[in-house]
Amino acid sequence: MEKILEVKDLELSFHTFAGEVKAIRGVNFDLFKGETLAIVGESGSGKSVTTKSIMRLLPEHSSEFKNGHILFNGKDLTKLTDKEMQKIRGKDISMIFQDPMTSLNPTMPIGKQIMEPILKHRNVSKSVAHKEAVDLLRLVGMPKPEARMKQYPHQFSGGQRQRIVIAIALACNPQILIADEPTTALDVTIQAQILELMKDLQKKINTSIIFITHDLGVVANVADRVAVMYGGKIVEIGTVDEIFYNPQHPYTWGLLSSMPSLDTAEEKLYAIPGTPPDLLSPPKGDAFALRSDYAMKIDLEEIPPFFKVSDTHYAATWLLHPDAPQVDPPAAIMERMKKYPGSRYYDGTEGGTY
Amino acid sequence: MTKYIIRRIVYMFITLFLIATATFFLMKALPGSPISSASKLPPSQLAVVEAKYGLDQPIPVQYAKYMLNLAKGDLGNSFQFKNASVTELIMNRLGVSVLIGSQGLILGVALGILLGMIAALRQNTIWDYGSTLIAIIGISIPSFVFATLLQYWLAVEWSIFPVGLWKDGWMSSILPSIALAMGPLATASRFIRTEMIEVLSSDYITLAKSKGANGFEIAFKHAFRNALIPLITVLGPLAAGLLTGSLVIEQIFAIPGIGEQFVKAIMSNDFSIIMGTTLFFSVFLIVIIFVVDVLYGIIDPRIRLSGGSK
Repeated sequence: MEKILEVKDLELSFHTFAGEVKAIRGVNFDLFKGETLAIVGESGSGKSVTTKSIMRLLPEHSSEFKNGHILFNGKDLTKLTDKEMQKIRGKDISMIFQDPMTSLNPTMPIGKQIMEPILKHRNVSKSVAHKEAVDLLRLVGMPKPEARMKQYPHQFSGGQRQRIVIAIALACNPQILIADEPTTALDVTIQAQILELMKDLQKKINTSIIFITHDLGVVANVADRVAVMYGGKIVEIGTVDEIFYNPQHPYTWGLLSSMPSLDTAEEKLYAIPGTPPDLLSPPKGDAFALRSDYAMKIDLEEIPPFFKVSDTHYAATWLLHPDAPQVDPPAAIMERMKKYPGSRYYDGTEGGTY
Repeated sequence: MTKYIIRRIVYMFITLFLIATATFFLMKALPGSPISSASKLPPSQLAVVEAKYGLDQPIPVQYAKYMLNLAKGDLGNSFQFKNASVTELIMNRLGVSVLIGSQGLILGVALGILLGMIAALRQNTIWDYGSTLIAIIGISIPSFVFATLLQYWLAVEWSIFPVGLWKDGWMSSILPSIALAMGPLATASRFIRTEMIEVLSSDYITLAKSKGANGFEIAFKHAFRNALIPLITVLGPLAAGLLTGSLVIEQIFAIPGIGEQFVKAIMSNDFSIIMGTTLFFSVFLIVIIFVVDVLYGIIDPRIRLSGGSK
């Protein structure tokens, strides 16, 4: 598979009145052509900041790249000038935002808003751009696109507005599409429609998608691979099956356990205890150690490196160290692992690797 | 829309009727009359003059007569300016006042918008502080102080512009316009700065950035129009401020405008001119407020103007 984006050792801080907030503390991942990578994690884990830093949409005066690089087509995005970055935004990399109610300009007809990136990045006349904008609206499933070009955002419903935002993002057939919780603000039926639409469009234009969400149900639906973020770091990364059926990091266990399920008789929904770490003064070892039932002494002292589980699956937890004691994950997780051939709890016939 | 405009026009006439009534009775409640300064006249002659102008009749009768004439579009004749008709007197003086008023407003609002934009785009820099300083000066120092300073430096010391009067055509209008512009300038720059900062941090600006728009396009194509609404709201009161401002400024520069004439009329109890000018000012304000309401709808499509269906 062709690698399209490489994020390496990325560190980013915000300068606030209280001090330096280390929002991203060494993030590594690759994005391949045509795949969907989901980034999951709770609020404040750094998932939005990571993607906004790829687009360089963070406030320039208060944010600072401390280390690492973001390689796209051989260019390091952290080092580009504003002008060079403007040529990439909307053309090669574009973005869909969380709240469709506020992400369209209320005083500009939607047609004009869709035409803007077309006119900006491609050398076409206004009439061509207009025609393409109509085609885009049709592509995202807007009825009577021609007539709606002149209308303003307030004349559309939330789902329709998100379709318009998607049309804007797709205007220049971007190589990477970043979707920052695109369905969070929508109700469930519309959510399903938008997800379907994104999957369809991805097949049509073969774009790579980075999909940020905290909804694991959505992840299972759209993603090829999943990166779990916690405290400004990726703690586990793997294919959807690996993350859902063979999770290794205690935080991933917590996340999966807190997902409501119809299979269990359990009445009470699990919640991870405690609060996310304060990134003004990040903890010394594994950021999740203080909230984890499985923390060992070393978790409080040293940051765990990535341990390889399979070629596609890595997790940063000391539990995977050869000298670590064998611990059993929560019962619900064990149930999941029993269904996965690669896991040590696999009870099927095809034979696990452990 | 048509329905809405018709309804607004009906309201305008009701407002005008109320203003005319209130002003009429307030004026009559004042001590003195147009001819009281001529009280050296023997009582017999005074009575003749009063009878000639209908001032001997009971106030309700005078009121009814005035309103009837007003309905016909007749504002009556002045008591002091050789019996010239009020309409004529106002029209003669109007041009000058409209010129300095509109120049002041346009200059003030345009510069204010510019200052406010610079302050918002260069937030917390020397540009921002400079613009804030100018705005504070503009708000806290009254226009007549500016007027005198301008007269002293630009007219007396450097002799670039005439000190006063209306003898050099457009050149005479410059200093009064600048003096009038300071208030609107300060207000506009503060409103635009606050609103631009708010708008620039909104989601649709981030989306515009993510499309690859540059700083100029973001400021002018996306943010500016959304930041204009609050300014439009204060534009009505600002225009009203210019009217009252012009009363003072026209006195200082000895400009033969409508404000100067109004002050003179009040001094000499010239009833018909006071009435006429007040009504004229009222019409002016009501029209401005109406224009502002229409502008809202043009600038922000979410604000719809519609007729009855409430």
